[in-house]
Amino acid sequence: MAATSNGKANGATRWIGTRPVRPDGVDKVTGRARFGADVHLPNMLVGKVLRSPHAHARIRSIDASAALALPGVKTVITRDDFNDLSSEFVPAGEMLVNYRDVVRNVMAREKALFEGHPVAAVAAVSEKVAREALALIDVDYEVLPHVLDVVDAMAPDAPLLHEDMITAGVEPAPTKPSNIAKVVEFKLGDVAEGFAEADIVIEREFSTQPVHQGYIEPHSCIANYSEDGQAELWCTTQGHFVVRGHCAKLLGMDVSKLRVTASEIGGGFGGKTVVYLEPVALMLSRKSGQPVKMTMSREEVFRASGPAAGTRVWVKIGMTNEGRITAGEAVLKYQAGAFQGSPVQPGCMCAFAPYDLDHVKVVGYDVLVNRPKVAAYRAPGAPQSEFAVESVVDELAKRIGMDPVELRLKNAAKQGTKAAYGPTFGPVGLVETLEEAKAHEHYRAPLKQGQGRGVASGFWFNIGGETCATLNLGEDGTIALVAGTPDIGGSRASLCLQAAETLGVDVERIRPLIGDTSTLGYTFLTGGSRTAFASGMAVVEAGKDMIRQLCERAAKVWDIPVDAVEWADGEARPAGSNAGEFDPLSLADLARLAGKTGGPFVGRAQINAQGAGPSFGTHIVDVDVDRETGRVTIERYTVIQDAGTAVHPSYVEGQLQGGAVQGIGWALNEEYIYDDKGRLQNPGFLDYRIPVCSDVPMIDTVIVEVPNPTHPYGVRGVGETPIVPPMAAIANAVEDALGMRFMDLPMSPPRVLKALEDARIAEAA
Amino acid sequence: MAKAHVTTTVNGDPVEFLCDAEQTLLDVLRDELYLTGSKEGCGSGDCGACSVIVDDRLVCACLMLGVEAEGHSIETIEGMANGDQLHPLQTKFLEHAALQCGVCTPGILVAAKSLLERNPDPTEIEVRYWLAGNLCRCTGYDKIVRAVLDTAQEMRGG
Repeated sequence: MAATSNGKANGATRWIGTRPVRPDGVDKVTGRARFGADVHLPNMLVGKVLRSPHAHARIRSIDASAALALPGVKTVITRDDFNDLSSEFVPAGEMLVNYRDVVRNVMAREKALFEGHPVAAVAAVSEKVAREALALIDVDYEVLPHVLDVVDAMAPDAPLLHEDMITAGVEPAPTKPSNIAKVVEFKLGDVAEGFAEADIVIEREFSTQPVHQGYIEPHSCIANYSEDGQAELWCTTQGHFVVRGHCAKLLGMDVSKLRVTASEIGGGFGGKTVVYLEPVALMLSRKSGQPVKMTMSREEVFRASGPAAGTRVWVKIGMTNEGRITAGEAVLKYQAGAFQGSPVQPGCMCAFAPYDLDHVKVVGYDVLVNRPKVAAYRAPGAPQSEFAVESVVDELAKRIGMDPVELRLKNAAKQGTKAAYGPTFGPVGLVETLEEAKAHEHYRAPLKQGQGRGVASGFWFNIGGETCATLNLGEDGTIALVAGTPDIGGSRASLCLQAAETLGVDVERIRPLIGDTSTLGYTFLTGGSRTAFASGMAVVEAGKDMIRQLCERAAKVWDIPVDAVEWADGEARPAGSNAGEFDPLSLADLARLAGKTGGPFVGRAQINAQGAGPSFGTHIVDVDVDRETGRVTIERYTVIQDAGTAVHPSYVEGQLQGGAVQGIGWALNEEYIYDDKGRLQNPGFLDYRIPVCSDVPMIDTVIVEVPNPTHPYGVRGVGETPIVPPMAAIANAVEDALGMRFMDLPMSPPRVLKALEDARIAEAA
Repeated sequence: MAKAHVTTTVNGDPVEFLCDAEQTLLDVLRDELYLTGSKEGCGSGDCGACSVIVDDRLVCACLMLGVEAEGHSIETIEGMANGDQLHPLQTKFLEHAALQCGVCTPGILVAAKSLLERNPDPTEIEVRYWLAGNLCRCTGYDKIVRAVLDTAQEMRGG
């Protein structure tokens, strides 16, 4: 299996690097765990959304009288129930959202901007009645021309989604509105100078299709709004504090009056960082005076929740004959969907981040199209731009006959490299992942006839941010750990390990809970690969806070100065012989004595975590291409990534494997298919095909540990980087197999077959 | 239309329920019997999160009507452990960290149990094709396949 970490990168540790069974594990294998849709409340209604059948239409009027007259219908809401909000940008995941847009995204106002855009919602006694009611709502639409493609949307005569959209980031500001919301630019050095130094310059244009995060659990929530203006909300989300903020804003509530509890979350990958149903359910509950449960169908998930941006990316790279990259330039055009805010900025920032370059220029366009508003998807923006760059780097290596890993090593970003997006890297592990790749048996294994091998590297920043954690010491010396970041893939295990390490107690004595929004201070969401890092840091700080209290209490018991007490292996001891002769006081001893010595022990931390270490990875893939059907089969796959320190190596491996397989889907199959009216034709898992078990081989992993110096145990985020390299690695492997480079994703059987047939025809001619 | 009265067996216990003609077995399990371990990921038989065993046959509960349960025996994830003893598959899934978010896990466990009842010594390829109807978006399937193979070996006494 995978090479694994011993977790000792930062010195001897007892718990970091071990693999205990996760604390929520038994609930998850017995069906006991409660996900978004698994809760029923007394007197509960069912809410359903009426969605626009048109990609772009002005809403002239909505008549809900017939629906309201249907027995069992309690209330209907439309745009008239939400107050309009002015433009105000707030963080959501790694991206910003504008409240003016959020209120329009959850319920269309002037226009329906994509097929599936909510235009009304019903609360009724049953789903059946709610569905019947939806059919009785009469919406008068004026259908408008629509635009789906990013290049078409940038044309001067394109249909406008927002008639007042003036491009930001351009001097002087344009006088006419367009679908280009924003232009961003990152520069380092002078690319003209860099290209002048090059012996070889390659420029290519790439395209990627929107792909969905594809979490198996659809969006779901229950809102319970009380007559006194307070409300509770249960929902599946990556960040219940963010949901609270958005809902309170849209409902005109104080945040203190809205208590949000995060259910177990059945996958998110960035797609559950924004609100869809939650404000609607709260409004339905407010108007009906009853709890309202809402759950999206899979079709609604596809039609109306956020995909990753479809893109056009142009890349130009210059290199000397010796393999030194002299300049990199790129232009990125990203679909934002119906509202501004594609991840084009991180796409620009990541594009050349794996390379130590003197001359870089990247320009990005955030472009509106009549599709659902994009949402974050695992390293949002990076896979698309790095796919393009890593494909061109592979072509450059081939051009001079240099091994592609060697070429990357020659140009790799390392400690001290100034990235084009601003910072100078501290210790980073790209070189180590490349060295591991070069040395890996996979890289030297013989290929069968007709197969090809590809490699690619990838980068993602990772983030920190506002985070709280609490450790409550029980009277028997066991600990309740309360964190505010929903556990999407085993983070409770990793937080318990970090707390156990800090306190020096058995990890089994620590039980975790994801607290609701009233139990902790504001905590930013699970995203940006920040949870093991930032919530981990908060847990360590809370542990230190508790140790300080425990040492003070031992000093009191022994009647010695507190600085004569030390904490080691889970107990207070006199610090050296001068402190006096006392038997150690364990956590359990001190817990038992709490009432007599000064009261309960609660370790707290409220931090703004800084210094998230970026993570680099390198992937190796072997493919086989069926020349008769165009099907690309993944024969072998190895992921090598820097984890800083792998706290629970099994869940680090799981992140690397899962990210790689999502990337395989992105590369080979996944895409949205629209008809000429702008209606999605494949809103289900049958026709939108994510990788299934028989599509993929075992995914080998190698965890590299270059500790992040800003985290007490060296942790860096690991969750997002693994989706970055697969598309280029697979395209490079297909090129190796066929001698044909695919620059448009997905490399699905019809496309590959067409390319093979075109080549046969060209050869015959 | 009046609701239908259905008599069936769920996880070995006699169960009666009333349901509408259009309610699926999954709707009945989740909304009438409050057995929410079976999940609805798609409602169209494509994701396998609602996998249950009906008279020894593996089915998607979303593709069967509640009224069709009449006279049949249904096994769900809630019946997989024996009292406080986890099924070996459940234990191995925990040991191998073969789950991340865990929402597909009940369906995959039920499907894997059905496989091992038919084929106690499956190859990796057989495991992969048997589980091809159970989508998992988190794990990339690696640890799931390893956990199933390891369970099979252990249950064979190996």
